[in-house]
Amino acid sequence: MNQFQYVRPSKQQAAIEAVAKDANATFIAGGTNLVDLMKRGVMAPQKLVDINRLPLTRIDHDPGKLRIGALALNSAVADDKQVREHQPLLVQAINAGASAQLRNMATTGGNMLQRTRCPYFYDTAMPCNKREPGTGCGALEGINRMHAIFGFSDKCIAVHPSDMSVALVALDATVLVSGPRGDRRIAFADLHRLPGDTPEKDTTLEPGELITAVEVPDNPFTKHVSYHKVRERASYAFALVSAAAALDLDGSTIKAARLAFGGVAHKPWRLTAAEQFLVGKPATEETFKQAATVAMQGAKAFKHNEYKLRLAPNTLVQALKNATAA
Amino acid sequence: MKPLSKQIGSTLNRVDGHLKVTGAATYSAEYELPGMSYAVLVGSTIAKGRIKSIDARAAEKAPGVLAVITHFNSPKVPGFTPTGKDPSQPQTTGGRLKVFNDDKVRFNDQPIAVVVADTLERARFAARLVKAEYEQEKHETDMAAGLRQAFVPTQAKKNPKSGVADYVRGTADAYKTGAVKLEAEYVIPTEVHHPMELQAIIAHWEAPDRLTIYDKTQGTMATRRDFAKEWGLPEENVKVIATFVGGAFGNALHSWPHESAAIIAARQVKRPVKLVLTREQMTTMVGYRPHTWQKIGMSASPDGKITAITHEATGQTSSYEEFTESTVQQTRMMYTAPNVNTRYRLAALDVSTPIWMRGPGEATGAFALESAMDEMAHLLNLDPLEFRLRNYTDKDPENGKPWSSKFLKECYQMGAERIGWSKRQLKPGSLRDGDWLIGYGMGVGTFGAHRGSSKANVRLLPNGTVVLQSAVTDIGPGTGTAMTQIAADTLGLPPEKIRFEWGNSEFAPAPTQGGSAIVNTVGPAVQEACLALKEKLRTMAGASNAAFASARKEDVVFADKYLTLNGNDTARASYADLLKQTDGGFVTVESKPNGENGQKYSMYSYSVHFAEVRVNPLTGEVRVSKLVSCADAGTIVNQKTAGNQMKGGAVGGIGMALMEATHMDDRFGRYVTKDLADYHVPVQADAPAVEVLFVNQPDPHVNALGTKGIGEIAIIGVAPAIANAVFNATGKRVRELPITPDKLV
Ligand SMILES: Cc1cc2nc3c(=O)[nH]c(=O)nc-3n(C[C@H](O)[C@H](O)[C@H](O)COP(=O)(O)OP(=O)(O)OC[C@H]3O[C@@H](n4cnc5c(N)ncnc54)[C@H](O)[C@@H]3O)c2cc1C
Ligand code: SF4
Repeated sequence: MNQFQYVRPSKQQAAIEAVAKDANATFIAGGTNLVDLMKRGVMAPQKLVDINRLPLTRIDHDPGKLRIGALALNSAVADDKQVREHQPLLVQAINAGASAQLRNMATTGGNMLQRTRCPYFYDTAMPCNKREPGTGCGALEGINRMHAIFGFSDKCIAVHPSDMSVALVALDATVLVSGPRGDRRIAFADLHRLPGDTPEKDTTLEPGELITAVEVPDNPFTKHVSYHKVRERASYAFALVSAAAALDLDGSTIKAARLAFGGVAHKPWRLTAAEQFLVGKPATEETFKQAATVAMQGAKAFKHNEYKLRLAPNTLVQALKNATAA
Repeated sequence: MKPLSKQIGSTLNRVDGHLKVTGAATYSAEYELPGMSYAVLVGSTIAKGRIKSIDARAAEKAPGVLAVITHFNSPKVPGFTPTGKDPSQPQTTGGRLKVFNDDKVRFNDQPIAVVVADTLERARFAARLVKAEYEQEKHETDMAAGLRQAFVPTQAKKNPKSGVADYVRGTADAYKTGAVKLEAEYVIPTEVHHPMELQAIIAHWEAPDRLTIYDKTQGTMATRRDFAKEWGLPEENVKVIATFVGGAFGNALHSWPHESAAIIAARQVKRPVKLVLTREQMTTMVGYRPHTWQKIGMSASPDGKITAITHEATGQTSSYEEFTESTVQQTRMMYTAPNVNTRYRLAALDVSTPIWMRGPGEATGAFALESAMDEMAHLLNLDPLEFRLRNYTDKDPENGKPWSSKFLKECYQMGAERIGWSKRQLKPGSLRDGDWLIGYGMGVGTFGAHRGSSKANVRLLPNGTVVLQSAVTDIGPGTGTAMTQIAADTLGLPPEKIRFEWGNSEFAPAPTQGGSAIVNTVGPAVQEACLALKEKLRTMAGASNAAFASARKEDVVFADKYLTLNGNDTARASYADLLKQTDGGFVTVESKPNGENGQKYSMYSYSVHFAEVRVNPLTGEVRVSKLVSCADAGTIVNQKTAGNQMKGGAVGGIGMALMEATHMDDRFGRYVTKDLADYHVPVQADAPAVEVLFVNQPDPHVNALGTKGIGEIAIIGVAPAIANAVFNATGKRVRELPITPDKLV
């Protein structure tokens, strides 16, 4: 690991300024992703601005919305009574991620901003446009079994690894941000970006912008929800594919649906067309299969991830079945 | 043998359990020596070629750096004779990698430099500053290419009787004309041992010709021999300490470049050097289960008698060292079949050398054979257990000898009953629970009941404690505990009065921990040493006490503070008095296998594993919901540690069946699955409560204890049991492990 400076401001403004002023400074929250990347030589910030003293851990349910502070721990959010009551899909998604120990360290903000697990990104002896723009994408013609089937570019085919974010994008969350130029709100679907020609940029955040909270509006999806994550072991592995499904049922008729995929794109992948397809239809496996076909439109595979073209729709069907039965 | 046994067969807790769970057990990396320095290896980033230059200037100038050693400035190692110079020998027989000895790169992440600094952090930092330039050559890491150039192992060419040489009984390839015929290919990917404890060594030159190493090794004697040879030292001048080993599964059965590097570094900086591999380096520097291709041809008569089996296997090895294992052995001896032939080949690639991984080749081979058995049973429309019974053999078909003991039928019966085999349906895909399909499968394992020679030291202390010493290591199976039990029963003492010390090359010589042979081998040495101790003490007591002089050694009884005689409690010789004349010293005994019996019998341990799996047909997720493992391993010395062994092996088998695999990017000859986030081993949620059943019948011929060995059979046969259960659940036959969701959707 390289030498670095470390500061731990107790004022939000000081933290923002420290990062905004210094191109080589970065925030650190739980450190469960950043420290690994520093140890592997993938990231080498010269200054760490520890935000753990900022008062951003609260979880509040105000009329109409849930507000989760950026420093609320993944485990705290998943255990919170209000979250469990109002957003059970989010609870399932968080608990499907990492391990209990990691969720005890990982923060809400850090989880959204964790970087891809593409093995080429992690190995400094390999080419990777995200780590070192211009070196080429190692995965494009390499071992790309974990990689994207939607929204990729020829510069990068990585996927975003967060489970929590898949639920948040489905649930129309909003990210609250504070930066050198003031505060702003970002629709969750606009937080992460597609790689295009600049895969080194994961998100639409500006330098020095701090995530302070995430808001999830109340919704009718409090019962028929499922986050189904398919991975190579029963727990503690990143998704091959995951699907978030939330249904509002009137008897067996679907009044509204929220759907998203994880493990398929550079960002959590909202499935708006499939949601619309489901409205007014009966909650049957047949309908779910048709919706999954809609969801898969535009998908394209690489040499080693062709299975995702079958696994993704099937996982969505499974999630919808689980949600219906819940 | 008199009926022993208060301790043997008990569930005595591990003698070192408390030390381990409280963190008081000292592992190789945890020793602190004055003046310690820390080494970090720099690996090559190409798979084949020449190192043109290494720029170490920045690293050398970095704070705290004591040395940067490369092949340009490495101290010469006397044992590193040049390789490849004898054109009559194949390149693949060059032996262990000679680190920093030449400019050749033979695999990706080969150590090309070691950085030594006064702290670990400084060494790590400086290691990143070392830059190498290469003259790259075209490498080959693709198994498909290796298979096209597969060759007969040199060992087999030199010795046609060798276990890896071609074998024919009856007619070769006779399956081709059989009535019911099967031909199928099976593939095992490269698997990595990944024990919890990283490979670690502390090298300390106590004098220019005296080396002490604290090392993660499975064999203190073998490690001593290797490094004494490497440095041209008498073996007594090298001391190897490996008291605690945090799992190894075979990867500490060989001496590796990082060990040589640490010793070289310590020589150079003249301080003790500690070197711990990173998790990533565990993939490239300390062996692995080789990627293996296999083909089984099998034929049977319509009534379910196997008429012929052909088993071909090609395992991956490195370009500089031939690694072979007994992949095809089980096929030769497991089932009656008049025609059996095996062919074992190697594929040399630009990778590091593989090494035995638990169950080694036998586990790889059993995946092919036991999957094929299931496939054939399916073709015959027979229950796979019934099919195995129809081909059961009461003598060794490979050589016609009787078995020393075999209770496999008993295992079949116990296991089938416990798993509920009767629920299994012949037709795949017949059982369902909600969204999940249910299937049952079985797999058989066998491993030679090996016994070697071993010594043991024993002495009595004045306080009545008996101390035993052996150079053997305990890599987790509970060797120390088993030996304590054997000594306790032989001496008639409670286990608290026994202190078994192990893991030091200066103790009585013992073989390397491996091949399930330690209880078989060191157990008798401990037993015989204890009997010798009794006799020695009786003689000593007899000098002044007629009752002892005329007594038999079997009648000697150890009381709390004195020696006495069975049936004559008035005869007493206090330990303090006895040991006044002489300090007693160690009695050393050497125990050897019974040569004649070895010739007369075929000796094997057996296991059978029964799996119940649930498969989600939509997502391809597989869960092992029940696993029953039954073993015929002779006498079970400790029900608890033996049970642990079986459970650990079963969980390893789940890993092999469902998730363990490395992936190589052949364009770079470099692995992309290097850490434990990418290389999946089972977590708790993957493992059901494994049920273990032992026949627990002593083998009359392996040794006086009746043991046969457990470590390997615990895993051999597990992977095919699961693969067969997946077939029974889904009708999908996966012949390339692991069975990940992508292969089932
Ligand atoms: C072995 C392992 C397995 C894992 N498995 C999973 C899994 O299955 N599913 C899953 O979803 N995740 C998984 N994770 C990832 C884990 O969820 C993330 O590491 C964690 O959520 C990151 O949170 P953190 O607070 O530790 O972030 P940090 O490591 O502290 O930060 C991550 C990034 O976010 C930035 N950042 C943090 N907070 C803010 C903020 N408030 N404003 C602006 N920038 C900020 C940091 O600068 C940094 O770039 C796994 C991690 C490991 C190590
Ligand atoms: S997919 Fe993206 S992260 Fe992976 S190698 Fe290509 S550019 Fe790098």
